[in-house]
Amino acid sequence: MVANTMSNVTSDVRSRKIAAVGPYLKSFSIVIVFVVISAFFAVANEYFMTWLNWVNLLRQSSINGILAIGVTFVILTKGIDLSVGSVMALAGMIAASLVTSTNQHLVLWAILAGAGTGAALGLVNGVIVTSFNVPPFVATLGMLSMARGMTLIFSDGRPVPNLSESFRWIGGGSVAGVPMPVLILFLVFAVGWIVLSYTTFGRYVYAVGGNEKAAKTSGISTRTVVASTYVISGLLAGLAGLVLTSRTTAALPQAGIGYELDAIAAVVIGGTSLAGGRGSLVGTLFGALIIGTINNGMDLMGVSSYYQQLLKGAIIIVAVMLDQFRK
Amino acid sequence: MLSLPGAEPEARDHAAIGLHDQPLLVAEGIAKSFNGVPALRDGRLTVRRGTVHALCGGNGAGKSTFLNIVMGLLHRDEGSIRIEGVPVDFRSAADALRHGVAIITQELSPVPEMTVAENIYLGREPKIGGLVVDFPKMRRAAKQLLDDLEFDVPVGACMRDLSLAQVQLVEIAKALSYRADIVIMDEPTSAIGEHEVHILFNALKRIKARGSGIVYVSHKLTEIFEIADEYTVFRDGRFIESGPISSIDRNHLVTQIVGHEIKTVERGQPNEGAPILLEVRSLSRGSHFKNISVNVAAGEILGIYGLLGSGRTEFLETVYGIHAPSEGEVFLDGKRVDPGNPKKCIQQGMAMVPEDRKDVGLVLCGSIAHNIALSSLALRAVSGFVRRKAEAAATDRMMRLNRIKAASPHVAVETLSGGNQQKVVFARCLLTNPRLLICDEPTRGIDEGSKQEIYAFLREFAAKGNGVLVVSSEAPEILQISDRIAVFRQGRLDHVVDGRETSQQMLTDLAS
Repeated sequence: MVANTMSNVTSDVRSRKIAAVGPYLKSFSIVIVFVVISAFFAVANEYFMTWLNWVNLLRQSSINGILAIGVTFVILTKGIDLSVGSVMALAGMIAASLVTSTNQHLVLWAILAGAGTGAALGLVNGVIVTSFNVPPFVATLGMLSMARGMTLIFSDGRPVPNLSESFRWIGGGSVAGVPMPVLILFLVFAVGWIVLSYTTFGRYVYAVGGNEKAAKTSGISTRTVVASTYVISGLLAGLAGLVLTSRTTAALPQAGIGYELDAIAAVVIGGTSLAGGRGSLVGTLFGALIIGTINNGMDLMGVSSYYQQLLKGAIIIVAVMLDQFRK
Repeated sequence: MLSLPGAEPEARDHAAIGLHDQPLLVAEGIAKSFNGVPALRDGRLTVRRGTVHALCGGNGAGKSTFLNIVMGLLHRDEGSIRIEGVPVDFRSAADALRHGVAIITQELSPVPEMTVAENIYLGREPKIGGLVVDFPKMRRAAKQLLDDLEFDVPVGACMRDLSLAQVQLVEIAKALSYRADIVIMDEPTSAIGEHEVHILFNALKRIKARGSGIVYVSHKLTEIFEIADEYTVFRDGRFIESGPISSIDRNHLVTQIVGHEIKTVERGQPNEGAPILLEVRSLSRGSHFKNISVNVAAGEILGIYGLLGSGRTEFLETVYGIHAPSEGEVFLDGKRVDPGNPKKCIQQGMAMVPEDRKDVGLVLCGSIAHNIALSSLALRAVSGFVRRKAEAAATDRMMRLNRIKAASPHVAVETLSGGNQQKVVFARCLLTNPRLLICDEPTRGIDEGSKQEIYAFLREFAAKGNGVLVVSSEAPEILQISDRIAVFRQGRLDHVVDGRETSQQMLTDLAS
């Protein structure tokens, strides 16, 4: 009996070791890309490798990182979420309106309102996709425009400034030298990683993306799973909107335009397949860091922002080409 | 240039007669390793003009690797291939095609939005002035080709509107339209019904008479004995033996394929008075099937036999809750089953092995462990978290129980052979502790050895007081495993016959 238990334990440990090595190897190549790009900028500019610059770089990457983690859930189910940039603008706007000098609510209410707005719009996306069979690209493209429209209507096209100091702390404060946005990013990453790796919901996300029919035959409520990923994506877009608004100390109606593309780029660079069922949050995190590093490095080198766009696009394509080549 | 069917057969046929005694294709000593693991050690094949040559072997025998090498999709490490005495080394399938070697694979690749004619001549459309596609000419050519083969498929129809069997026939017609000298067919009948198989075999006989050589790969031994002239057996990557099919019997072939003799599974004794496990009361679903009432007793295997389109698959899927019925009810253990909800069906004690394991049965990019645990994760979870230790122990147990051969439970299912993939589907079903197992074509595309393992397993499962509902389009299979057989015809349950007292002829007569 004891021997039996022992052998079970060892085989369990062995199989878990193998399980741990698989994704590790996969995310390894993205780490190399990250290191190579960092090394290049370190040689090109002496300031790049300083502690201060890395704190700055991480802070610059945090909003894209939070968005990209949400979008990863959606892409794993073979979907896409184009609405995150607009959703974050609306969420930030609504939250800001609660904490101006003329409308002094508790910061907690603002946070709940911002995150709730994101989650609600995500739910709308999810329901349109799963219950009305509208392709995710179309549903979220529509939401991209609708959320932007709602932001403009709500704000009458004007920024909302004069936010309370405690609200500004969300994006501007720091704990033990680590900026709040970075802390929030790592917290979101940790929770997301646990959900994807250790919960049944996480498994279902991969299963639905890998083969929706098989998942359904296996007794999984595929609609609920898919709709939930849009809620997660919306919720995190709302959270990113709070961080952005707090950092810029005002809610701008044109905030977040084009952010969805950087988020999708981070997911794709991170090796998550647009065909669904394959990918990881570790990849997405490094994908966001790579984009942040490129932006930061080129800023330091004084590359004009016109050329930055051109180079960033080329680097995204090359990174994914290398990944394909490796396969 | 477009080679139109019937346009220039004479020239080739004359050439064929001149070289009649020289074999068309000779492959010798073909070997291939992947990452140091040999997949093929010694592949040999000699195909003569005007013959159908059956290439037999279990999953993992090296047939696919061998055929991929012949077609130029893989490069051999060793060995030689000669076509009419001339050594060849194809670089691609297009290269092979130019030299008169065509293949029809199991994997269908139609363009669903295009018509039949457009699919057949994809990439080699007849053109007017080298620019504009000559649609009337293309349509005439396609019609001529299909008429010659006696395939009943409308040339103007969209591929997406065709049945699976018709799509398969179009793919076959397409390969034959190249007027290849050597036609390789890999499981051409896995998706088509008996009627279409008959049409296909007639077409094969005509192609044979034209002087071509056909390499025929199938796990359905009955077909091999019906159509093949010669046979070659591979096992564990090696050539085993070869000869005229008339010199051997079925048992000999099975023994050569498996490497040892197989005991066929004995049917249990009928158990009178066993309680009813599954009761289906006048179930209907739209135009698919009407008013079906049938029972499965505890310990019983009920076979469902019917032609393609008889509503048998739709019936199984409705019992399992994938579709909601338009009328009727299903009871399991006396309790009414919630219609249209597979999740509830699983909780109540059903499990289903679907017809198409790649399309419906498995998450191919997922690992073996994740696939096995998929249906029972919720049962094992603590507040949403997977109990990983319990899961690992359960997958380990299932892999041993079902003899799934793999390097580790964490490899992707897509890397497994068909037989092992099917065992993963079975393992997933069993882990939910079902009382009723629903199987749709449980042995499609898998080898004879694995088939017998699955039969034995089903028998054992039923003997524990469980029930099995199984659909198969192979009459010998359904006769071997079923206690009773329900015969479906055009969406209706016509007869329920005793599995012991029915002959194959009776069954096919009842179904057509």
